[in-house]
Amino acid sequence: MTERVPHAPAPPPWEALVRFEDVRKVYVMGSSLVHALDGVSFSIHKGDFLAIMGPSGSGKSTMLNLLGCLDRPTSGHYFLTGVDAGEMDDNRLSDLRLRELGFIFQSFNLIPQLTVRENIELPLYYLGWQAHDSHARAMELAAMVGLEERVNHRPMELSGGQQQRVAVARALANDPAVILADEPTGNLDSATGQQIMALLTALNEQGKTIVMVTHESDIAAFARRRMHMLDGQIDRVEESE
Amino acid sequence: MRQLPVVRAVELGIKNLSLHAMRSLLTVLGLVFGVGSVIAMLSVGEGASQEAMAQIRKLGSNNIIISAKKPTEEEASGARRARMSIYGLTYEDEALLRESLPTVRRTVAAKEIPKEGRLGERALDLRVVGTTADWFDLVNRPILAGRVLSQADVDTRAGVCVLTETGARKLTATEHAIGQPIRIGGNVFDIVGIVVNEKGTTAIPIPDQDVDAYIPLSTARERFGDYFTSNAEGTQIREKVELRLLIVEVDSAENVEATAGAIDVMLQRSHKKKDYKIDVPLALLKQAEATKRMFNVVLGSIASISLLVGGIGIMNIMLATVTERTREIGIRRAIGARRRQIIMQFLIETVVLSTLGGVLGIVAGVVFPWLITAFTQMPTVITYWSIALSLGISVGIGIIFGLYPAYRASRLDPIVALRHE
Repeated sequence: MTERVPHAPAPPPWEALVRFEDVRKVYVMGSSLVHALDGVSFSIHKGDFLAIMGPSGSGKSTMLNLLGCLDRPTSGHYFLTGVDAGEMDDNRLSDLRLRELGFIFQSFNLIPQLTVRENIELPLYYLGWQAHDSHARAMELAAMVGLEERVNHRPMELSGGQQQRVAVARALANDPAVILADEPTGNLDSATGQQIMALLTALNEQGKTIVMVTHESDIAAFARRRMHMLDGQIDRVEESE
Repeated sequence: MRQLPVVRAVELGIKNLSLHAMRSLLTVLGLVFGVGSVIAMLSVGEGASQEAMAQIRKLGSNNIIISAKKPTEEEASGARRARMSIYGLTYEDEALLRESLPTVRRTVAAKEIPKEGRLGERALDLRVVGTTADWFDLVNRPILAGRVLSQADVDTRAGVCVLTETGARKLTATEHAIGQPIRIGGNVFDIVGIVVNEKGTTAIPIPDQDVDAYIPLSTARERFGDYFTSNAEGTQIREKVELRLLIVEVDSAENVEATAGAIDVMLQRSHKKKDYKIDVPLALLKQAEATKRMFNVVLGSIASISLLVGGIGIMNIMLATVTERTREIGIRRAIGARRRQIIMQFLIETVVLSTLGGVLGIVAGVVFPWLITAFTQMPTVITYWSIALSLGISVGIGIIFGLYPAYRASRLDPIVALRHE
């Protein structure tokens, strides 16, 4: 038997996949308050490729944590596929991440004791897929990122670029609504970085929605839109021609 | 085939532990020794108590054994002064017990005659016991050859003799010795049978322990009388002992202890010097069981301390493992694992670890008693319940000492965990 990810009903095309409504995030640092996000509103539609840019301290990491349902806003609303993630408890946030999100990290974040295939299968394991089905899906994804020969290797035996491709395959395993990439080329040399960006661009062209945080403008150039953050607010948004 | 999530979790746990096989082994070492020593100690205790209980059962649980005992004050002085000491049970005592106590079914009297026995070329000091036919009902042992004493032998004061296995071995008598004459203290007896007896020395007075030969009580009385002379350290000691032993069979087990009390009261009247001793096998059995229970409680306390130490060792390592695998926990949480799933992962890993320790401990606990028996001839009995209990406790330790590390793992903030180096 095959269990597919039960997605929320697809929002109508005019409704955004991701919508921030006056989102604020305030941290307490000692005796002072830090306004990491200071009233941010924007939407991301299906098929978009957004790069979030900005200097450190501009709020882009906070933005990514909120987008990734790893944190809750202090105030305001964050809708992901039409549901308010800001109102959810820990279990429902976990489920939302499991079903709707795929993560790609700067430092790959593969689990070292698992093989490539097992790493790709990880989301499917938590989705409760049967081993037979998840094996097949993992092999399919490994082939897609060109690593079908390496499925039984461990991450340490792979190059950085290969590891990041495994991470991309893992992020795709649950067929997420949004792929979140945090500095995906930050630990790679520029040639390998270009390959990863080519892979992400290809995925976007196939209809995947991607949100990427980066401070490198040449990497951000791959995106359809670039959102510049400054002091917890959106400074400006540019679109590729 | 549908795989249960817990099976996959166990597989994952085994995999994670096998990556650090050496560390996992060292982690559970405390538990291995804890469990191993519990099983081994229990098996030694069980072996000893089963041996004791088997010996007590040989006395017969419905029997009361009254034996003659040289009064202590005479023992001290009697050895120096060559005078006669009169002590022990009398024929009158036997008649009194048999006739006045309704719970007494029958009594068997035995007289001890230390005499030289001569069979063919061999002559040895023998422990000859004069007794009645009922002896062989109450002290029921397999017959090796021939027959035991009969009522007719007693009635006719026949000159017959039954050798015990011990006696037969001393005299090198085989089944061919049956029908042959044996000289005991200058009198001739015909060997009519050979019977098994209890050997060895124990604290429990087994009536036929170290007996060499039986002759009818009536014959013994007629031919040897009640006076005996022996030489000890150059001093002649004369003793008058009518009966050395009285076995009283009680009608039912619940009357045994009351009857023993009544016998004691009755005998005290005629025996002002305490020259007898009453052993109640049933009471000894109860005492042995109580001792065993006490032993198990003491053992249980020692065991729980060692298992506690083992458990703390496991918890310590699991806490270190959680810290070491913080990033993995962050990754799993980011991907969508719930807190409960993280708890289960680490809990199952700890239980797998502690169960492994338990299993190794059981292996050690089975091998060790075997070595004890092989080298010391001490009997050991491994009980199934001790193995089941050890395994259960090992799983329990995994759960108890795994909960806190697993809970700690589940409470990690995924954002912080992902940044952990």
